[in-house]
Amino acid sequence: MSYLADVGALARKDLLLELRSRDTLPAMLLFVLSSFVVFHFVLPTGTDRLAAQGLLWVAIVFTALLGLARAFSAEREQSVLDGLVLATRDLSAIWFGKALSILAFLALAEVVALPVFGLFFGRVELRTVAAVALADLGIAAVGTLLAGMAAASRARELLLPLLFLPLVIPLVIGGVGATVADHPSSYLGLLALYDAVFGLVAWGSFAYVVAE
Amino acid sequence: MLHASGLEKRYGNRRALGAVSFDVDPHGFLVITGPNGSGKSTLLRLCAGLAVPTGGELRIDVARERVGFLAHEALVYRELTALENLDLYGRLYRVEERRERIGMLLERFGLWDARHKRAGAYSRGMLQRLALCRVLLHEPALLVLDEPHSGLDDEGLHLLERELAERREDVTVVVATHEPERVLPFATSRLALG
Amino acid sequence: MTRALRQQRLPILAVVACALMAAAIASIAYVAPVDANQGLSQKIFYFHVPIALTAYAFFAWGAWKALRVLWKRDEAADLESYVAIHQGVIFGVLTLVTGSIWAKISWGVWWAWSSNQLVLFLVLFLFYAAYFMLRYSVDPGPQRANLCAVYALFGVALIPVSFLAIRLANDFIHPTVFTSNGPQMSGRMFFAFCLSWAAMLALAASLYHVELAGKRLDSRLRELREVLAR
Repeated sequence: MSYLADVGALARKDLLLELRSRDTLPAMLLFVLSSFVVFHFVLPTGTDRLAAQGLLWVAIVFTALLGLARAFSAEREQSVLDGLVLATRDLSAIWFGKALSILAFLALAEVVALPVFGLFFGRVELRTVAAVALADLGIAAVGTLLAGMAAASRARELLLPLLFLPLVIPLVIGGVGATVADHPSSYLGLLALYDAVFGLVAWGSFAYVVAE
Repeated sequence: MLHASGLEKRYGNRRALGAVSFDVDPHGFLVITGPNGSGKSTLLRLCAGLAVPTGGELRIDVARERVGFLAHEALVYRELTALENLDLYGRLYRVEERRERIGMLLERFGLWDARHKRAGAYSRGMLQRLALCRVLLHEPALLVLDEPHSGLDDEGLHLLERELAERREDVTVVVATHEPERVLPFATSRLALG
Repeated sequence: MTRALRQQRLPILAVVACALMAAAIASIAYVAPVDANQGLSQKIFYFHVPIALTAYAFFAWGAWKALRVLWKRDEAADLESYVAIHQGVIFGVLTLVTGSIWAKISWGVWWAWSSNQLVLFLVLFLFYAAYFMLRYSVDPGPQRANLCAVYALFGVALIPVSFLAIRLANDFIHPTVFTSNGPQMSGRMFFAFCLSWAAMLALAASLYHVELAGKRLDSRLRELREVLAR
C-alpha cells in the first residue's frame, strides 16, 4: 500500500508542476493539432480515408515524444533525481509515478485530439479509441524509462527519439492494424501483449537507470 | 557505522578516488578536507549510497532512507514551494506527523514566512537552508554533508552549528569542507585527501 | 595444460573457423543440390540464413551478458555485452545485404517490405544503432554499464514482439524453411545448411574474441597511461 502512496505522491507532484508551469500539455495539444493540418496538405485529394487513419498514429507517437522529451527536465535542474533516489524505498515507484503523469498528459491531449481528428478526417471508431488507450499504456511505460536514460546522457533530447522510435514500431503496427484491419482483435491483442511485456521490463529495470 | 578500506572509485579509466581507508564509529564525526578535484564529493556520494565503489570495501551500517545527504545543489524542485517540496520528501520518507515536523523545521531555519514561495525564487542562502530542512526532515542516523558552509549566510551558519551541537549524540556525521576550523570542535576523526 | 589451452584458444578457434568455412563452401558447391526453381542463386540461402541466425545469437549473448552486469554487478560483462552487440550489428547488416541481393535475384527488387525477415532486421538495426548512440553519449562508469545493459535487455524483448507484429502486418511470403512438420529440406540441403551455420558460428566466435581481446588491450593501455601521467 505504501508503495502506491509513494507512486501517488510522485505523480501528484508532476501534475502540480505541470499545473504551475503549464509548458508540456499545451505544447502537446498545439503540436497534435498542427500535425493534423499538415496531414491535410500531405494527403492529395481522393486519397483513401485509410491513409489519414494511419497518419493518426504518426501524430500520436510524435506528440508523445514531445511530452517525453520534457519528462525529466524538472528533475535534472538542481539534480533532484539524487534526492528522490535517496528518499524512495523502491526506486521503481519513481518510474511508476512518472509514467502515470505522462499517461495523464497523453490521454488529456488525445481527449481533445481524437474528436478534432474525427471532425477533419471522418469518424473515429470505437476500436480506434481502444487501440489508442492500449498504445498509450505502452508508450508511457517504455517512454518514461527511455526518457530517464536520455536524461542521464549528454545527448539528452537528441537521443530520445532514436531510442524510442524503433521500440514503438510494434505499437504502431498494432495501432494501425486495429484501426484499419477487418479483424482488429489480434492487433488489440498485440498491443496488450506489448504493454504487458515492456511494462514489466521497464518496471523491473528502472532502478538500474537512476542508480549505480 | 562506516568502514572503508582501500576504497576506490573509477569512471572508466579515470580514477576519481584512490585507495582511501577510514572508520567512523556510531556518533562519530569525520571531517574530510582536500583541494578541489581530490575526490571529496565522490567519497561523499559513496557514503550516501548514491554511488558504488569500483574497488576496495565500504560498509555502511545504515539503510539508504536513514541517510541525510546535503549536496552542492539543494535537490528541490524550483517550481514547487518550500512547503510542497518538504511535503513530497516527507511522504517519501514516511515521516510521522509530517506537517508538524515540517512546520517546526521551517520555523527553526527562518523559512516559515517564505513557505509559500517557489524555491526557485529563493536566494542562495535560503535555498541552502531549505536543503538543510530536507536533510534533517526524516531524522537521519547518518548525515553526509558536502560543503555545508558554502552559500550559507551568518545566520544560517549559526543555525547549522546549533543543529550539529544539539544532535551531536544522535547522529553520525561525515562532512567535507573548505573551512575545517568551523567544524573541528565536533570532529572525532579527520581525513585529508589529495 | 588448461592454462596453455586457454591462451591458445583464439588461434585454435580461428583455425577451426577457417576449416569449417572451407568445408561449408565446398559442401554448398558440391553437396547441396541446385534449386529447381531458383537455380544457382538460391545458394545464397546458405549464407543469408546462418548469418541472420548468428546475429540473433549475438543479440541474445549480449543480453545475457547485460543481465550479468545488472544481476551480478560483473564489470567485465559490460565490455562483453558491447562487443557481442557490435558483432551482432555487423552480422545484422550482412543479413540485410545478403537478403537484399536475394530479393533482387528472386523478386527483381532490392528491397521488399513483404519480406518479414528483412523488415525485422531493419528494425533491429535501427534499435541497436541507437545502442551505440546511447553508449557514446554517457561517460564510462557503472551508470553507463547499467544503461547499456537495460537497453540490451529491451532488445531481446523487442525481437519476438517485433517478429509477431511484423508477421501480423504482412503476409508471410519469404521462403519458409522450417514448418511445423520439420525441415522442408532434403538431407543434402540440410547437411550443407548445418555445416555453413556451424562455420558461421565459429567465425563469429573468433571475431568476438578478437575484438574483445583488442578492446581489453586498449583499456589496459589507457590504464597504464593514466598511471604514468600521475
